[in-house]
Order: sequence, then structure tokens, then C-alpha cells
Amino acid sequence: MRSARPLYAAFIFFVALAANLPHLLSPAHATSSRNWPTPPVSLDKQRVQISDSATGTTADHRKFEALKQPFTSGPEVTKACLSCHTETGHQFMRNIHWTWDYVNPKTGQQLGKRYLINNFCTNSRGNEGMCAQCHAGYGWKDENFDFTNQNNIDCLVCHDSTGTYYKTPNSNGSAACSVMFEGLAPIDWKKVAQHVELPKRANCGTCHFQGGGGDNVKHGDLSTALTNPPRELDVHMSPEGENFACTACHITREHVWAGSRYDIDPRDTEGVGKPGQRRDVASCESCHGLEPHPSNSIAAIKLNDHVSSVACQTCHIPTFARGGVATMIDWDWRTAGKTRNGEGYHEHGYIQGNGEHRYVYKSIKGNFTYDENLVPLYAWFDGQMQYTTIDTRFDLNKQPIAINSFTGSRYDGRSRIWPFKRMHTWQPADIGYGTLVYNHLWGEDSDSYWGNYDMSKSIAHGMKAFNLPYSGQFGFIETYSYWPITHMVAPKEQALKCSACHQKDSRLAGVSGIYLPGRDGNHWLDVFAIVALVSAATGITGHSLLRKFGHQGEPHA
Amino acid sequence: MISRFVLIYTRFERFWHWMQMALIFMLMFTGFAIHGIHHWVSFSTAVTLHTICALLLILLWIFAIFWHFTTGTWKHYIPTRNGIIKVARFYFYGIFKGERHPYRKAYWRKHNPLQALAYLSLKLMLFPVIWVSGLLYLLYFVWRDHPQAADWLYGIAMIHTGAAYALLVFVVVHVYMLTTGHSFVEHLRPMFNGFDEIELSAEEEAYLLRDQPSHIRSV
Repeated sequence: MRSARPLYAAFIFFVALAANLPHLLSPAHATSSRNWPTPPVSLDKQRVQISDSATGTTADHRKFEALKQPFTSGPEVTKACLSCHTETGHQFMRNIHWTWDYVNPKTGQQLGKRYLINNFCTNSRGNEGMCAQCHAGYGWKDENFDFTNQNNIDCLVCHDSTGTYYKTPNSNGSAACSVMFEGLAPIDWKKVAQHVELPKRANCGTCHFQGGGGDNVKHGDLSTALTNPPRELDVHMSPEGENFACTACHITREHVWAGSRYDIDPRDTEGVGKPGQRRDVASCESCHGLEPHPSNSIAAIKLNDHVSSVACQTCHIPTFARGGVATMIDWDWRTAGKTRNGEGYHEHGYIQGNGEHRYVYKSIKGNFTYDENLVPLYAWFDGQMQYTTIDTRFDLNKQPIAINSFTGSRYDGRSRIWPFKRMHTWQPADIGYGTLVYNHLWGEDSDSYWGNYDMSKSIAHGMKAFNLPYSGQFGFIETYSYWPITHMVAPKEQALKCSACHQKDSRLAGVSGIYLPGRDGNHWLDVFAIVALVSAATGITGHSLLRKFGHQGEPHA
Repeated sequence: MISRFVLIYTRFERFWHWMQMALIFMLMFTGFAIHGIHHWVSFSTAVTLHTICALLLILLWIFAIFWHFTTGTWKHYIPTRNGIIKVARFYFYGIFKGERHPYRKAYWRKHNPLQALAYLSLKLMLFPVIWVSGLLYLLYFVWRDHPQAADWLYGIAMIHTGAAYALLVFVVVHVYMLTTGHSFVEHLRPMFNGFDEIELSAEEEAYLLRDQPSHIRSV
């Protein structure tokens, strides 16, 4: 069957050509303009965000006796949830929202938020009192957290539909920090517990839009602008479009989600499953198939050829950090720790598209550079990230150090050209041993950086807490991190035009391993052609001049 | 021998010639747009038109090949050494002296030996190179998933581009040749009305006058 595919494809190609001759005379954009812009979905569909197959509900949680209690804490609510959802606790404890722990089966690398170091706030390890606000559990502030107690699961952060639920740090931190979380309105636990629904964009966004310490700081393609995005920002998530909740693509089986940065499928070759078949992938192809463009014009047929080399995101996300929320592109920890009258401070300095101010300096973090509407970096990507972990020794002379490096090429049959955000940071490191460090940022003690501003103490503390080798010499190194861009899919009429890549000095100027018509050619062939043409022209000129002035005999007819 | 205007380019042959000219012109224009030499049309439009023109040209060629073989016209292109030196000498020397073109078109041989050889090479060498490389290019979707596909595409594209440049040189020389021997217009006219001045034997004239009277006119 497989061997017959090319012939079949060729047959279909020519049949499609014959059947569509009237369309073929017009290029893609003209042909499809009749369908553009994509008509909005019906109002009926807009009421509820579209999740996976669990969309809709069969129960009214207000009627459950178990939830008619005067709850005073999160774990009490969780216990009530689990009294009906008997298997959910065990199921949930397997997913990385709970474990923060992932061992890459291919590289054997110990990954997960619990262990990794990034080039934003750097490490959660040892700072769980603050960072584990985004752990889907209650009370993780140090190594003593009980990962086996299912009552510690936080159901509400994902399932609250009232918008009144919030989380605060699990430990106080330094006095200078803890004041920020005082005076918040108490949570009405009973009300929240009785108003649980499937997660909405805002639920996931509580953490995922705020990664790196603020709105869109980390990813570049995940910001609060996606809570209620206009169609131009994200055609799938917009209420004017498909009104997808995150889980419409990040589908769930037993509280385990599809689509993780730790294990990316850069090229889905399975496409749409059979009806009713579970799609355990968050790829574009799982809905749009392997021939995603309609075969109603030559340009569209040609576009389908691109799926072998180009990720959908490359053309369909023309820029990231759209929608008025900027992303951070540069972080300089070297300037952290400046104080005024012995106190930390911050400076405004960037006004983003939606009018909000962003800090460009914070004593606790250093200097930031923000930008928005960014053209991504493009590169071949095989889905495999290689992380620089706390154990990795690197050569200090080879900076910038890639926090996560990746490989890929046209030849491995798996890679495609993907868009990335590249983050540049000057961050603390052990410059004696050439390793990254666990920095003790958050704590009530006098070593924590946030409050005391002494990095020699905070790093020494952070490394000692986990029995890690530390030379005692800290300094700052330049690092890059790479973030595959996959959200903020624009409507199709705003996808990149061919010429965005098919010309000299295009977006793909730096990508090798492909023949890109319009960009590529053979210099010597072009030179040879010019020489040949010039020779022909010279020969003709010479010949005609000789004819005009050279002949002595009678002129012919 | 008698000089007469005889219909030597039939309606299909003229249609074939001018359609081919128009399609090749379009293919060159759009092909060079794709290659990035000019940006007078968008890449998408260029690819669309290039593909359509290529498919039409292939269709035309299929008809033309059939026509060549069923009508026996292919015999006009059989290479011959007879007279080729004289013709070459004319273009390289005699033409400057104002000599008369040494070749006389015959009813059964409408191209001079050098011209026939040029057209034959075009048909047997350059066109097939463009055909085959272009079809492989067009059928990229069949073999695109092979890991080496990008390298092959580069090779195919370079052959295709090289052949296109060669064809461009041919076109330039071809048009210039119209100015040699007779006047430009006299060379061009037969490709419009089909009639060219031919030296006929008495038997040929008698045959034409009797059996194909519409194919012969007096000079």
C-alpha cells in the first residue's frame, strides 16, 4: 500500500488539476478570497470554550452534598472532590503539573521544573516557597513536601470558574517580599468548590501566561492577551474564531496532557486519526491532516509540499508577542542588587502595545529588555532539546552557553524548520567549575538574595542545600534559551506570503539544507548564463556590423 | 526549377510554433521571477503561471510529436551533411560579402541543413532536459519525503535553470537569424500565412496544381 502512494498521489494531482482548471488560473490568495475572512463560529458555540471531547457537563456541582460544606482550606476541598472523583488523585499525580519531574527517555536527562535552571529567574529548586505557587498543589515550600498525599493536589487552580480563586507563596520569604501578598480578599472556598468547570484559557494562563515572572516574559507566544484574544491574535482561541480552551489541543487522558516542550514531535506523520480515535497529540496535523491546504489551486497544492520541511507554525505565526503584550528578550542579572537607601526598587521604562508599563529594572532581578511583534528565529528542529543542567560542566570560553540546545537537519527525516524565540541572558554561574548554579532567592533567612542582595551568600547557600560542588567563585555568563513558537496562530489570510522566504535575504536567509527557489541558485551558473548571453549579444552585434559595413558585393534582397 | 509560394507550414505547425513561443516566453518570464531575477509578479503568481504554462506546453508537445510522426514532417529534421559547409561558410563569410544564401528550400526539405541541425538538437537535447527536470520538479510531492530530497531538488533546479539559460541564448540567436538571408519580414511571413518561396520541379508543380491547388501561389 505504501509503495503505491506516490503513484496515487500523482494521479490525484493530475485529477485535481483537471477538475480545478478554472481555479488554477488564479493564485492561492485570489482563489480563496471568497472564503475569507473565515466566517465566525455560531454564537451558540461561543458560550462555552471548546475543550476536548469532555466539553459539556453532566453534573451541577452545586447539588453535590460533598460540596455543601464550610470549607476553610484547599486540601479540604480536594478531599471532597476526590470523594466522588475516586481515581483522579492517582491519575493526576502522574502528570508533570504535579511531579515537576521528567526524565527524557531518549537522552536520559533529568528534566522538570524541579531540577532545571532557566535563564529567567533561574531555578525553582530551593525557592519552592515562591515558585511552587505554580505547582498544582498545596504547600510545597521545601524538600519535605509530601508528593504522595493526594489531598495536596490543587484542583481549583485549573477548575475554578469564578475567577476569585488565587494562590500566594507557600512561604513568607523576606519581609520586603511578603508585604506584596498581604490584604487579599479571603477565598470563598464553598462558592469556588461549587463552581468548578473544565479549565478555561484563564485557568491555564494563571501560570502559563506568567512564566518567567510576568506576563509573557518567558514564552513570547503565551500571554494574557490570549485570555480573550481577537481573531487576528489567535484564530483558534479567539471567541470570534473557534473559542478553543487550551485543552482543545492539549487533550487530556486521565489528567495527563498532550503536548509538552520536553518531548516535541516536530513532524506529525500520523495526521487525523479515525473517527472517535483518541488523539494523544497536540499537533496541528491531528486536526488539519497531512495535506492541510485545500487542493483547489496550484499554489495551495504547492503549499502542501512544504509540510515535509516546514512546520505549520513557521508560516502561520508571522510574529510572536502580538496582541499588545511584550515578551522579554534580554535579562541582565549583572545589574541586580542596586539599592536606594538600603531598599530594593524598580524602574518603569517600557510601554507595551496595550498601554501597560513594564519594569526595565528590578533590584531583585537586574535589567530587562522587552519587545513585541517579533519575527522568530528559524531553524531545523528534530524535537529534541539538550539541556544544560546543574550537573553540566561547560567551557566558559564558549559563551553564550545554550541552556537548551537543539539539533535537526533535512536529512534525519524528522526535523522541520521551526520558529523560535531566543532569550539572551547574563546570569550567575560558578565560574570556577563552569556550571550553572542554584541561587537561593527566596527565604526568610539572611542568605536569600531577595531581601539581602548578596549573591555570594545566596549562591553558596543554594548549592550547599543540595550538596552540590561549588568552587566559591561566582560570576556572570551569557546564555541563550530557545522557545519553540506554537501559539498565536494568525488567520490564514495573515499567514506569511511565499516571498517572506522565497527571496534573497528572506526570513529563512540563515537556514541551510534546503533548496529555496528565489533565495538559492548556483552563482557560477548565473555568471555563466550572463557570459553566454553577453557572448551571444556580442557575436550578433559583431556579425551584424560586419554585414552592414563589410560587404562589398551587391546587396541581396 | 520554378519558384513558387507553397504552403509548407500548415495550420497546426504555425499554431504549434506560436503557442510554443508564447508559452516559452511566459515560462521564461515566470521562471526568472521564481529564480529571483525580477519581482514583477508575486512568487505565488509566478509559480501558478509557470506550472500552468508548463503543463500546456507538455500537452502541446504531445500533439506536436504525434503530428510529426503521422504527417512524416519529422523527416525535415534528419541531419544531413549535404550543403552544410556552404551554409556555414555563408553565415561566417559570404554574408559579409553580400552573397546570396546558398540554400534553396525544397518542397520536401524546408530548413537549411544548419537550421535543421539546430532545431533537431533543440528538440532532442535541450527540450528533453527541460521536460524531464521540470517534470521531476513538478512531481516533488512524490519524492519530497526522502531525506536527500533537498539535495536532489537543488540538482534538478540547476539543470532546469541551466537549460532555461541555454534556451534564452537560442531564442536570441534564433530571432537574429531572421535578419539574415532574406529580410526579417520575409522570414517571419511564412510562419503567419504558411507560404514560403520554394523551388519546385516541374513534376512537383504539376502535382500541386492538380491535387493541392490551394497550397500553391505564383511568386
